[in-house]
Amino acid sequence: MTTTEQPRPPMPLPDESTRFFWDAVARHELCIQRCQTCGFYIHYPKVMCRNCQSRDLAGERVSGKATLYSWTIASQPFHPFWVDKIPYTIATVELVEQPGLMFLTQVVDCPEAELEAGMPLEVTFVEMSPELTLPLFRPARG
Amino acid sequence: MNDAPEKRAIISGIGISRIGRKTDVADLDLTTESALAAIADAGLRPDDIDGIASMGDTPLDAVEQHVGGRIGSFPMVGTGGLLAPVMGAFLAVASGAARHVLVYRTVKMMGGSILPPSGAAPPAAPPAAPPAATRASAGESGAREGMGSVMGDMAPLLTYHAYSAANWLAMHAQRHMYLYGTTKEQLGWLAVNSRRNAALNERAVYREPMTLDDYLGARPVSDPFGLLDCDVPVDGSISVVISSADYAPDCPNPPVRVEAMGGSTGPGAWDQRPDYPKMASVDAAGELWSKTDLTPGDVDVAELYDGFTFLAFAWLEALGFCGTGESGPFVEGGARIALDGALPLNTYGGQLSAGRMHGYWVLHEACLQLRGEAGERQVAGAEVAAVSVGGGPIAGCILLTR
Repeated sequence: MTTTEQPRPPMPLPDESTRFFWDAVARHELCIQRCQTCGFYIHYPKVMCRNCQSRDLAGERVSGKATLYSWTIASQPFHPFWVDKIPYTIATVELVEQPGLMFLTQVVDCPEAELEAGMPLEVTFVEMSPELTLPLFRPARG
Repeated sequence: MNDAPEKRAIISGIGISRIGRKTDVADLDLTTESALAAIADAGLRPDDIDGIASMGDTPLDAVEQHVGGRIGSFPMVGTGGLLAPVMGAFLAVASGAARHVLVYRTVKMMGGSILPPSGAAPPAAPPAAPPAATRASAGESGAREGMGSVMGDMAPLLTYHAYSAANWLAMHAQRHMYLYGTTKEQLGWLAVNSRRNAALNERAVYREPMTLDDYLGARPVSDPFGLLDCDVPVDGSISVVISSADYAPDCPNPPVRVEAMGGSTGPGAWDQRPDYPKMASVDAAGELWSKTDLTPGDVDVAELYDGFTFLAFAWLEALGFCGTGESGPFVEGGARIALDGALPLNTYGGQLSAGRMHGYWVLHEACLQLRGEAGERQVAGAEVAAVSVGGGPIAGCILLTR
């Protein structure tokens, strides 16, 4: 790796359970796995609904709205891709569709001093590299 | 329940190797050092060992070859995290599958993995270390070592943000601060207390005095964690010999008795628990207390996992030494947790200052305390010790008595 080369971000490895998620991200949509039998949202995607044991699961588009549950300001990079991007805000957000539907992400466009548990957020799709777009969250507008 | 099988086990011998930072000592060398010491401490010869258990790094068969004894054949315990081999050993001697089991943990700063129970090759290392310009910190190698077992519940799509247990547990700490008003200063008091104890431990790697201001000024890692919230990687090995309780009369040193144990892999893993920021530790502790008539108030000394400062807070609450959300005030000022306090905590200096022995130094120190052999760190009249390991979805805890 030369100093002019950007390190590659760690890339997702979509499989049968997660492919829908990444296909949606490419369309700038946030889709969460949902049990088609009982309606329970499941994240991280699994092969079976832990609520009713059904295997009839599918990705459904969600609103992209969430509240901030917890966060941390990452100041130490643990992967070469992040060396020039620290500090950044890692966050656990709670998607509004279901209590306890936690989603690991980052919060962007928000100064550290303005981060507050419970604040309303909305999804924003950010191109981390030409190969990788991620669903991140920013303070909700309006 | 008073007939828990672990009560039929004792810790008959303990051993510890040289401990250091980035030494070039081979892990086998460290392991044979601690293993032979533990076996001799138990009044045994290598031939007497009919069971060997470990999560590495030295492979079991290398130890069998170089130290002696037999690996034996007994089930592993599925919970208990880092102490699972110890718990398996308790059950092995309780059932008669073995009589004297050697359990060791050997760690090296460069590389390091956890040996899967099947003995298959360790999981492939996750992404390469950051450039040398960034100083190594505990969270970094801790993440690599934990990846194999922990990442199973975190789909790859999540890891693109947080690569280290430091990030995940920082969020637990942040939520705890939001819910209960826990402060960074309170986290610091735990670190200061551990450093004070490390000064009395000649094997601890960080022994220089540390003030609360030193702690607060440490380089940020993942807010609220700074460098001094993270444990210190070391090279070293600790061994224990677990024997059947009927060996107690022949034990040359005071046998340490096993009163109860508990373990859990925690439903909901890292961030799915309804009671977040609680962790698997509450389930492990619940199991432990269900097996004994002793209560938290009976504990004289606590050696609780401190991979990060906040983990010790979580364990104080999980084990019931204080109520949910009360660990900050409990630790504040450092008096309650000092060697002469109401609940001496991490008397050897903790993983924060002594070194990351992955839960085995807590065990070693608890045994020293109960035997009355902790020298300048001795807690007067220690008769009951609590030992715990793990964070997030990994937890194990043991109650030991004289």
